[in-house]
Amino acid sequence: MDNFLQIESVGMTFDTKKGEFVALTGINLAVRKGEFVSLIGHSGCGKSTLLNLVAGLLTPTDGGMILAGREIDGPGPDRGVVFQNHSLLPWLSCFENVYLAVERVFGAAEPKSMLRERTHAALKLVGLSHATDKKPQELSGGMKQRVGIARALAIEPKVLLLDEPFGALDALTRASLQDELIRIVAETGATVLMVTHDVDEAVLLSDRVVMMTNGPAATIGEILEVDLPRPRERLALAANARYIHLRTRVLEFLYQKQFKAAA
Amino acid sequence: MTSLAIANRDALTLVNSLPPRAVSHPAAPALAASAASAEHAARAATRQRRARAPEWVREITAYALGLVIFVLIWAVVASISGSIPGPAKVWVAAVNIFSDPFYQKGPNDQGIGWNVLSSLKRVGIGFGMAALVGIPLGFILGRFKFLSDMAAPIISLLRPVSPLAWLPIGLLLFKAANPAAIYVIFICSLWPMIINTAVGVQQVPQDYLNVARVLKLSEWKVFTTILFPAVLPFMITGIRLSIGVAWLVIVAAEMLTGGVGIGFWVWDEWNNLKVDHIIIAIITIGTVGWLLEQALVLLAKKFSYA
Ligand SMILES: Nc1ncnc2c1ncn2[C@@H]1O[C@H](COP(=O)(O)OP(=O)(O)O)[C@@H](O)[C@H]1O
Ligand SMILES: [Mg+2]
Repeated sequence: MDNFLQIESVGMTFDTKKGEFVALTGINLAVRKGEFVSLIGHSGCGKSTLLNLVAGLLTPTDGGMILAGREIDGPGPDRGVVFQNHSLLPWLSCFENVYLAVERVFGAAEPKSMLRERTHAALKLVGLSHATDKKPQELSGGMKQRVGIARALAIEPKVLLLDEPFGALDALTRASLQDELIRIVAETGATVLMVTHDVDEAVLLSDRVVMMTNGPAATIGEILEVDLPRPRERLALAANARYIHLRTRVLEFLYQKQFKAAA
Repeated sequence: MTSLAIANRDALTLVNSLPPRAVSHPAAPALAASAASAEHAARAATRQRRARAPEWVREITAYALGLVIFVLIWAVVASISGSIPGPAKVWVAAVNIFSDPFYQKGPNDQGIGWNVLSSLKRVGIGFGMAALVGIPLGFILGRFKFLSDMAAPIISLLRPVSPLAWLPIGLLLFKAANPAAIYVIFICSLWPMIINTAVGVQQVPQDYLNVARVLKLSEWKVFTTILFPAVLPFMITGIRLSIGVAWLVIVAAEMLTGGVGIGFWVWDEWNNLKVDHIIIAIITIGTVGWLLEQALVLLAKKFSYA
């Protein structure tokens, strides 16, 4: 399917105290099934807004979106969201956090033993089988983010939405989680829309990098096809001419064409 | 008054929880400067560390010392005033009273145990009813801004009123001392319960609610797995404040209403001019209040997710 997720002339205008604020305008994007697309742009350009529109947490003031042949109206468990700050419920263990989502989506059709199995499988996928019964506050930032990913994936969403999932992590943890995400996406064939402000992250993980212009009234500036073969190796790519070229293209967009907002 | 007590307690725990290293640090540079030799300073520091008793021994020693000093001051004040009984006399009376705390000689002459229990019972009933009304009301006010705006002037107006000012209304309504005292406890416990619950509901992080929205959880599931646990610590703070105020107020209310109860007992012993018993009552009231507070602090710790 060539346009599994279709965003059609979407615009978002917020009503603020100072009047109307046009955050996004004329966004057109079609994402293929199994594709990994990242959104990159300067802070405040509207990346989170676009992701929240797809998540259904916001309703667009213009245009519409279709996911797997159905119009998106409101949030729903066919989209798995990984929030920027993990958003795990602190009074639930890792298992219970994931189970909450699994139970909601599969609880009507499957017995409890199946639900538990799904939960364990999701935690295993992100390498956290040993931390099943830990509470979020006993985990490192990277581990919390893994639980967030497990929770989003456990419900077998049509599309996985990630909002700067590794933004709050140190560089080493971030790199290992990026590798992990590459592996998970390869294993599950998930369709992914990821917000990031990290150029290397965008190029390393994506099939396409969507570069957004600065707000207000931000829109898609350019789309870069990342034609690097998979599996991708972080170390091997560091010296790869094609990788360096693509990376430079994104940097040029961000720091030459869209320089203003960097101030 | 209660918030002051809590501020004090927090200040105390803050001092207590300073790690030993934080305390010894300021001394270290001073040592280094005076000895002009880093090695010397290091050795001195090691010696100091080795000589130090375990933290809990030092704590207990400090607590005991504080109490001893308090008793000494009391003894001095007693011997100067002449009318206030000293520690020794009170001790003898206390041993006597606590050797049979649950005697019963008619409605107005009962052991101190019965008096404390009947006061606690009033606090329990009054507070329980306040929780039954205040917690749901707090949830509603926290959820609906219009209703909370409606309630704001009423609460602001009534909250600063001393609970005892409600006593005549209670006597008028119930025409009996006991329900009137319970009603006063109800009123004074109500405000902290409503306010803390409402604030808790308003402060449930949007992130948690977004999780609920993305999963499209049912209203009931949202309430049981997100709202209630998120608000629980706030509710426990409300309970702590309520019980604290209630224990302060019950003594005064009972002094006015009579019957059985620790407050009434204080008044009765004043009429009998048994000042040693009044001092025993004061210490008992303080101890019970402290135990209540500790129990609720434990409860709060169990449900904090920091
Ligand atoms: N609920 C809102 N109301 C008003 N303005 C908003 C709201 N959410 C976001 N904005 C504005 O929209 C713009 C884009 O925000 P956001 O999507 O969070 O940016 P990014 O994620 O790219 O940093 C910002 O200028 C922000 O102030
Ligand atoms: Mg953002």
